[in-house]
Amino acid sequence: MTTQNLVLGQADPPRQARPRKKGRSTPYLLVIPACGILILALGYPLVWQFITSMQRFGLSQQFGQPPEFVWFDNYVTLFTDPYMWTVVARSLAFCLVTAAVTMAIGTLMALLMNAVHSAVRITLQISMLLAWAMPVVAAMTVWNWLIDWRRGVLNSVLTGIGLDFQNHNWLADPLSFFVVAMVIVVWMSVPFVAFSIYAGLTQVSTEVLEAAQLDGATLSQRLRFIIVPIIRPVLAIILLLQVIWDLRVFTQIRLLQDVGSIASETNLLGTYIYQLGVGSSDFAMASAVSIFVLVLTVALSWFYVRSMLKEDES
Amino acid sequence: MTSTVQTASAASLSRPSAPPARRPGGRSGTRRIRPGRIVLGVVGIVVSLIWVFPVYWMLNSSLLPNVVLQSTTPTWLPFGGSLDNFVAVFSGGTFLPALGMSTAIAIITVVFCLLFAFLGALAISRFRFRGRKAFVLAVLLIQMLPAEGLFIAQYKLMGSLNMLNSIVGVSIIYIAAVVPFTIWMLRGFVAGVPADLEEAGMIDGLSRTQAFMRITFPLLAPGLVASGVYAFLQAWNEFTVALVLLQDNSSQTLPLWLRGFIQASASRATDWGQVMAASTMVAIPVIIFFLFVQGRMTSGLVSGAVKG
Repeated sequence: MTTQNLVLGQADPPRQARPRKKGRSTPYLLVIPACGILILALGYPLVWQFITSMQRFGLSQQFGQPPEFVWFDNYVTLFTDPYMWTVVARSLAFCLVTAAVTMAIGTLMALLMNAVHSAVRITLQISMLLAWAMPVVAAMTVWNWLIDWRRGVLNSVLTGIGLDFQNHNWLADPLSFFVVAMVIVVWMSVPFVAFSIYAGLTQVSTEVLEAAQLDGATLSQRLRFIIVPIIRPVLAIILLLQVIWDLRVFTQIRLLQDVGSIASETNLLGTYIYQLGVGSSDFAMASAVSIFVLVLTVALSWFYVRSMLKEDES
Repeated sequence: MTSTVQTASAASLSRPSAPPARRPGGRSGTRRIRPGRIVLGVVGIVVSLIWVFPVYWMLNSSLLPNVVLQSTTPTWLPFGGSLDNFVAVFSGGTFLPALGMSTAIAIITVVFCLLFAFLGALAISRFRFRGRKAFVLAVLLIQMLPAEGLFIAQYKLMGSLNMLNSIVGVSIIYIAAVVPFTIWMLRGFVAGVPADLEEAGMIDGLSRTQAFMRITFPLLAPGLVASGVYAFLQAWNEFTVALVLLQDNSSQTLPLWLRGFIQASASRATDWGQVMAASTMVAIPVIIFFLFVQGRMTSGLVSGAVKG
C-alpha cells in the first residue's frame, strides 16, 4: 500500500554529498567492522572454496592426508559429467520458465491493480502482502498440506468436481514436482513484481495518456510507445532479479524433496551442491559446482550492480 | 489461476479509457461506473481470494482438531475450532528451545548488523574517499551472492573454528549476509539528513557527539528501525545456512524445527492441525514486522530503476 509512495518519495532524495576534507582516516575506520565481518564470513570461505575446487578430496583426505593439488581436473570431471549438464539444464529451464511466468502474472496483476476501484486494489494488495510476508518454511508446510496426497484440499476439490485425483501424489513424477515447485515460487514472488511494476505504472501521467488518446493513439500504441518505455527500466531490473533469485532456488526444492521424491531426479544446482558437500563430503566437487554458480550469478548480477552504481553516483 | 488473470488483463486492456483511480490531478468528476469496471473488480476479488487462500488455509487448519482434518471432505470454515493445537505445540517441549535459538540469533544479528551497517553507510554517504567506489561495488555484488554458492565453505570454516551448532557461528554468517543490503538501505537515510543541520547545532554550542545524538540520530531512527526489522526477518526466516551449520537436533532454529514436521509427514500420518498451528506461530511475528518494512525493501531494490 505504501510502496508507491515510498518508491516515489525515494525517487528524489535530498542529495547530501558534501565532501569533507578533514579526518582523512575517518571513513576507513568506519568501514572496518563491515569489512572485517565480510572478510571473515564471505571472503575467507570464498578463497578456501576456490583453492579446494582445485584439490582432490578423497577417502584418504578424510583421514587427515593433505589434499592433492590437481589444478582444473575437478572442473574437467564436472563438465564432462552428463549428470552435471542435466542439473544445469534443469536449473536454467526452471529458472527461466519460473521467472517468465512470474513476470507475466506480476505485470497482469499490476495492470489489474491500476484498473480497478481502490477498494478492490487494496484487497488485492493485502492478500499479496500476506503471501509475500509468509516465511518460506512456513509457506512450504502449508503448500505441502494443500497438496498432501492423502488429505490435501487440492485432491479433495479436484475429486469433488469429478476428476480422479484420489490419493494422487503430485511429487512422485519429476515434471509434476517441478510444476508444483514453480507454482509455489511464483506465488511467493509475484507480489514483489506486481508492487514494483505498479509503482512504475503510477508514474505514467494520465495527461499524456489522454493526450495520446485524443490524438487517436490506439490502446496497443499507447502501451507500446508510452507505458512500456516509461516502465522499461523497472521491468528490466525486476526480470534480472527474478532470474538471479530463481537460479539459486534451494529451500523450496529441498523441502519438497523431504516429502518424498527421488533427489537425483529433482536436483537443481543448490540441492546438488548440498548433496555433494553435506551428503557425500566431496568438498572439492561441491566447491567446483559452487564456484560455477557464483560465476554465473556475478555475471548475471553485473547489469543490476551497474544500474545501482549509477544511482550512487547521481 | 493463470487463466483468470489473463482474462483480467484482456479485459483491462480492452478498456483503455477507464480512468485510473485516485491519481492526483486526474479528472475524477467524470468517473462513471461501467460494466467492464465491475467485471474487473470481480476478477480482482477472485484473484485476491486465490492468492490469500494458502494463508487462510493455514489459519483454518490450525484451529481444527485432527479428527476433522482427517476426513476426506475439507472443512472450509473453522466453526467449532479451538486453540488446542497451539497449546499442544507449545507444550510439546521442542518449540520453546527453537524459539529461544531463533530469538538469540535474530537479536545478535540485528544489533551487530545495524552497528556495522550504520558506520558503513556513514562512510559512503558523508565522505568521499579513495576506495569508496570499490567498497560500494563490493557491497552491491556481495548482496547478490547466493548462500548456496558458499555454504559448503562456511560449513568448513565454522567446523574449523569449532562453531558448528553454535549461536555465534550462525550469527556471524547472518550478519555478513545482511550487512551489505542494510548499508545500501541506510545510505539513503543518512544522505537524507543534511550535515548542515548538524553543523548548525555545533555553531549553537553542541559538541560533535551531542549534535549527532540530538539532531542526526532522531532523524535516522525510522531508517534504523526499517533496517533492523529487515535484518530480523532475514535471520528469523533463514533456512539454507541454518540447515548446514545447525545439524544438531538440540540447536534447531524455528525454520529447522518446522522442517522436522515436513519430514515426519513423509513417513507417518501427520497431525496437520499441529503443523499448521506451528507454522502460524512462526509466521505471525514475521507478517507483522514485514508490513512495517515492505515499502522500504521494494524501494531499496528498485529505486534506481524507478528513477529511470
